[in-house]
Amino acid sequence: MQTPESESVVTEQDTVTEPLLSVQDLQTYFFTDEGTVKAVDGASFDVYAGQTLGIVGESGCGKSITAKSILQIIDRPGRIIGGQVKFSPDGAAVQNLLELEPNGPEIRSIRGGEISMIFQEPMTSFSPIHTFGNQIIEAIRLHSSLDKIEAHELAVDWMRRVGIPTPETRMSEYAYQFSGGQRQRAMIAMALCTEPRVLIADEPTTALDVTTQAQILDLLQTLQKQNDMAIVFITHDLGVIAEVADIVAVMYLGKVVEIGPVESIFSSPKHPYSKALLSSMPTIDAAHRERMPSITGAIPHPQNRPSGCAFHPRCPSYMSDICGLKEPELVSVGTDQQASCFLYGRD
Amino acid sequence: MLGYLIRRVVYAAFAVWAVSIISFFIINLPPGDYVTSYIAQLAIQGNIIGAEEAESLREYYGLDQPIYVQYLKWMNQIRQGNLGFSFEFGLPVNDVIGERLILTMILAAATIVFIWIVAIPIGILSAVRQYSIWDHTFTFFGFVGLAVPDFMLALVMMYFSFVLFDFSVGGLFSPEYVSASWSLGRGIDLAQHMIIPIIILGTAGTASLIRITRANLLDELRKPYVATARAKGLSEWRLILKYPVRMALNPAISLTAYILPFLVSGSIVVSVVLGLPTVGPILLKALVAQDMFLAGGIILLIGWMTVVGTFLSDLLLVWADPRVKFEGR
Amino acid sequence: MESNPVEHELALEMEDTVEERISVASQRQLIWWRFRKHRVAVVATAIIVIFYTMVIFADFLATNVPADSEAFRGLMPPQPVHIFDGWKPSPHVCAVSGARNPITFQKDYVTDCTEKIQVRLFARGYEYKLLGVIPTDRHLLGMSDDTLRPEDHIYLLGTDKQGRDMYSRLLFGTRISLTIGLFGVVLSLVLGIVLGAISGFYGGLIDNLIQRLVEITRSIPSIPLYMGIAAAFPHDWSILKIYFAITIIISLFAWTDLARVVRGRFLTMRDEDFVTAAMLSGANQRRIIFRHMLPSFYSHIIAAATLALPLMIIAETTLSFLGLGLRPPAISWGTLLQDAQNVQTIALTPWLMIPALPVILVILALNFMGDGLRDAADPYSN
Ligand SMILES: Nc1ncnc2c1ncn2[C@@H]1O[C@H](COP(=O)(O)OP(=O)(O)OP(=O)(O)O)[C@@H](O)[C@H]1O
Ligand SMILES: [Mg+2]
Repeated sequence: MQTPESESVVTEQDTVTEPLLSVQDLQTYFFTDEGTVKAVDGASFDVYAGQTLGIVGESGCGKSITAKSILQIIDRPGRIIGGQVKFSPDGAAVQNLLELEPNGPEIRSIRGGEISMIFQEPMTSFSPIHTFGNQIIEAIRLHSSLDKIEAHELAVDWMRRVGIPTPETRMSEYAYQFSGGQRQRAMIAMALCTEPRVLIADEPTTALDVTTQAQILDLLQTLQKQNDMAIVFITHDLGVIAEVADIVAVMYLGKVVEIGPVESIFSSPKHPYSKALLSSMPTIDAAHRERMPSITGAIPHPQNRPSGCAFHPRCPSYMSDICGLKEPELVSVGTDQQASCFLYGRD
Repeated sequence: MLGYLIRRVVYAAFAVWAVSIISFFIINLPPGDYVTSYIAQLAIQGNIIGAEEAESLREYYGLDQPIYVQYLKWMNQIRQGNLGFSFEFGLPVNDVIGERLILTMILAAATIVFIWIVAIPIGILSAVRQYSIWDHTFTFFGFVGLAVPDFMLALVMMYFSFVLFDFSVGGLFSPEYVSASWSLGRGIDLAQHMIIPIIILGTAGTASLIRITRANLLDELRKPYVATARAKGLSEWRLILKYPVRMALNPAISLTAYILPFLVSGSIVVSVVLGLPTVGPILLKALVAQDMFLAGGIILLIGWMTVVGTFLSDLLLVWADPRVKFEGR
Repeated sequence: MESNPVEHELALEMEDTVEERISVASQRQLIWWRFRKHRVAVVATAIIVIFYTMVIFADFLATNVPADSEAFRGLMPPQPVHIFDGWKPSPHVCAVSGARNPITFQKDYVTDCTEKIQVRLFARGYEYKLLGVIPTDRHLLGMSDDTLRPEDHIYLLGTDKQGRDMYSRLLFGTRISLTIGLFGVVLSLVLGIVLGAISGFYGGLIDNLIQRLVEITRSIPSIPLYMGIAAAFPHDWSILKIYFAITIIISLFAWTDLARVVRGRFLTMRDEDFVTAAMLSGANQRRIIFRHMLPSFYSHIIAAATLALPLMIIAETTLSFLGLGLRPPAISWGTLLQDAQNVQTIALTPWLMIPALPVILVILALNFMGDGLRDAADPYSN
C-alpha cells in the first residue's frame, strides 16, 4: 500500500515544469456489433500540479471516456488502442499508466490513491445496498494502513469537511437516503479522503442547483489549494469553466481541437468550433434560450466520423481544398495556445 | 418495511385461503359425491351398503347441506388435523400421507440448495467472462435444461444409468431402510438416493437461475457504481463479489420464490416416474381412482407448503435488499 | 388557416394513418433485420416450420394407418431405409421375421437382409384425404407395388406393444401435440391480453386485483392442480371433448406470463408521448388501445406467445404421460411416451423412447425462436 506524500511538493512547485499528468494521443475505441466507435481519437493535454484543466465539449465528444481511459477503467467493448498517459508524481520517475497491467496492483494503487475520480451520475455511482460508510471506509483502507476505527474517524472528518451535516449518523445510511447535493458531496469526500495528487471531476455539479454548485466549486478550490492537487474538470458548462479552470481544452469528436489558458480561450478562441461554442454561451444581455446560433448541423456520430477535419461539415470557414481531405494537427496559435485548424498553417 | 411485511402476510393468508378453495373445488369436481364413489368402491370389494347406511354417511360428511357448509365442515376438520378418509387405501388420509409429505419437502428444499450452489457460481462466471467458451457452453446447456420436461429427463437418466451403469434408479431408500425409523444411516442413505432426483428436478431451475444471474450481473456490471468501485482501486474479483454479485442475488432470491411451485409440480411427476415415496405417486393414484379426499388433501398440503416457501423467500429479500426495508415496496 | 376545419381534421387523420403505416412497416423491418442476425433463432424457426408442415401432411407422410395393430408384430425393431443395394441405387428395407422364443415366450426378431422389401417415393398406401379434401392413396414413402407380398410391412421406427407403426403414430402424435399447444396459446393469449391490457391501462384498484390474482395463480403448483381437474373428466367423454378440455386446462398454464408482458408494456406506454397526445386529442380509449398501443408491441406478444407454446406442449405431454390428459386411442407425444415408463421396457426396446426426440427438438427450437424474437422486438431488455 502506498500512502500519498503530500508535504514535499509546495517548495518544488515553482521549479517543476514537468506536467503531473500528460495525456498524449490517446485513442479509445468501442468495438460494437454495429461497428467501431472512435470515442476518443487522439486526445492530448497536460495537467500541472495545483492547476485546473477544464475539458469542454458537446455531449458525446468523449470527455468521460477520456477520463476513464486515464485510469484504464473502460468497460467492454471499449479498448484503449494507443497513446500514452504519463504520470510523474512529485519528481518520481515518469510512468506510462497505459503500460501497466490493466488490473494489476500498480495501477490499482494509483486508482483512488494518487488519481481519484468523481463521477458524472451521483445518483447511481454508489452501491444501493451498501451503507455510505462502508464504501468510503473501503476507499480509505485500500490506500492506507489505517484500521477500521481510524478509517471511520477519517471518513467522518472528510464528510464534515465537504459539508455534510451530522456525518456520524450518515455513515450508516444508504445512498438513496442522501439528497442529490449530499450525494455529490459524499462522492467528493470519497474521492479526496485518500489525498490524491490528481482529481478527475466528471461534471461534478451538473445535477445541482446554482447555490449548491457554487458551494461545491468553492470547496474543490479550497481543497486544491491545501494539497496542491491537480484537477481535471470536465463539464459542458462554460460558465463553470470560466470560474474554475486555469487551462481549457476544447474537445470535438474525441479530439482536443484547441487548448490554452482560460483567458486566451475565452477572449480570443482560434478554432472555429471553439468560437461557435463560446458564442453559444448565454451572456446576461443575450436573449434567453437562444439556441447555439452559429453551430449548424448535428454532431456526427463518432462511428461515421467525417474525413479530414471532423468539424468540416459544420464549419463556417470550411476550405474545400484541404479540410475534408487532411487531418489538421495542433499548432501554436499564441502564447501557450494551440489549435488544430488549417486556418493557422497548413503544414 | 412493516408495510412490506404486512402486505406479504396478508397476501400469504389470502393464498392459503385460495389454495383451500381450489382443493375443495377439486374434491367436488368428479361427478357424483364422495359417498357414491365410496359405495361403488365397496361394492367392487363385494361389500354392499344399504340405502340407510348411505344416508347416514352422507349426513356425516354433510353432503345434504349447501356447498359452503360442506367447505366449512371440511376446513374445520382440517383445523383439527384430520384430512378425511381414503377409501383407496382404507386408511385415514393422514396415515397415507405420513412421511411422504416430509420427504417431498426435503426433496424440494435440497433441490433449491442444489440450484443455488450450482447456478450462482456458473452465472457469475458466465457474466464475468461473457462470450467465452464457458459462457457459450453453459448458455447452451441452460437452454437444453429449460427445454426438456422433467419426466423426460427422468426417463433419459433412468435409461442411461440402466444401460451404462446397470443401476436402476428408484426409491429414496435402500430396502433395509424403507420402513426403519430415522437414524444417521437412514439420513445418509436418503441423501445418496436423492442425488439423481435432485439433479433431474434441479436442472430447469438451475438453468433459469443461471440465466437470471448472468443477465442481472451483466446489467449490474455496466452500472456506474461498479466504475466507482473500480476507480477506488478495488481488485476485480473482490469488486465483483462485493458489489454486483450482491445486487444480482436479489433477483435470484425472488426467482426462488417463483420456481418453488414449478419444483413442487416437477417433484410430483418425477416421483411418479422414479417411484419416489413422496406424495406424487399417491396423488396420481388417488386421482385415477377418484379418491378425492386423499387427492384434495395432498393438493391442499403441497399448495400450503409452497405458499409458506414463497413467504420465506420474501422474508429473505427483506434481509438481502435494504431498499425493501425502507421503501416499503 | 382558411381551410374548413372538417377538411383540416380529415387531412390530419389521413396524415396520421399514412405515417403510422410507414412507422409500423419500418418497425417490422427492423425487427426482421435484427431477428435474421440470430442464426440459431433462424434455424430454430426453420425447424418449427418443418414440424408444422408435418402436422399438415401427417397422412401423406405416414406409411401405415396409425391405429392398425397386428398383435403378432408387437415390439418389432426399426427398419431403416437402405438407399443402395451394394453400389446400385435401390431403396429398400430389410425384412424382419419373428418367432416366439420357446423359453422366454417373448418375440425374438431377426433382421434378414437377404430378403429385401423395395420402397419408393409416392407409393400407394391406405386411402385418406389430403388436407382433408383431396382423396388419394399416395404417400411420400411406401412399398413398391410390383414386388409386394401380402405379408410385407415396413415399420421405419419399429412397432409398439400392440404392433402399431411407431413412425406413423409419431406423425399423428405430433399433429395432436402441436395443434393442442397452438390452440392453448390462442386461448391464453386472449385471456392474457384482455386482463393485462385492463390491468395496465386502468391501473389502480383493478390492476391491483388482477396482479394479486396473477401472483396467486403463479404461486400454486400447477401440475397437481391441473392433474386434479383433468382427473375429473368423465371416462366416457369423446376424444374431441377431452382434447378441448385439455386445451383449456393448459391455456391456464401460461396466461399469467402473457398478462405480465402486456401489462408491463401498457404501463410504460401509458406515459409515452404518443399515447398522451392521442388522449389529449380526445381519441376514445378503445381506439387508443387498439389503434395505437397494441400494434406498437404486437412483436412482444408474438415473442411471448412463442415462449408460451413450449410450456403448453410440456403441460399436455406431461398430463398425457401421467394418464390424466389425452387417453388412448388418442395419440399424442405424451400417450406415446407412456409406453416407455419402465426401465426394462426402455432397455429392451429403446425405440419406444424415440418420441422423446421430437419433443425435445421442438421445445428447444421454440425456445430459441422465441428468444430471438424477443431480442429482436426489444433489443434492450434481456
Ligand atoms: N459502452 C459503449 N459502447 C459504445 N459506445 C460508447 C460506449 N460508451 C461510450 N460510447 C461512445 O463514446 C462516445 C463518448 O462518450 P462519453 O461518455 O465520453 O461522452 P461525454 O463527452 O462524456 O458526453 P456527456 O457530456 O454527455 O457526458 C459517445 O459517442 C458514446 O456513443
Ligand atoms: Mg460524460
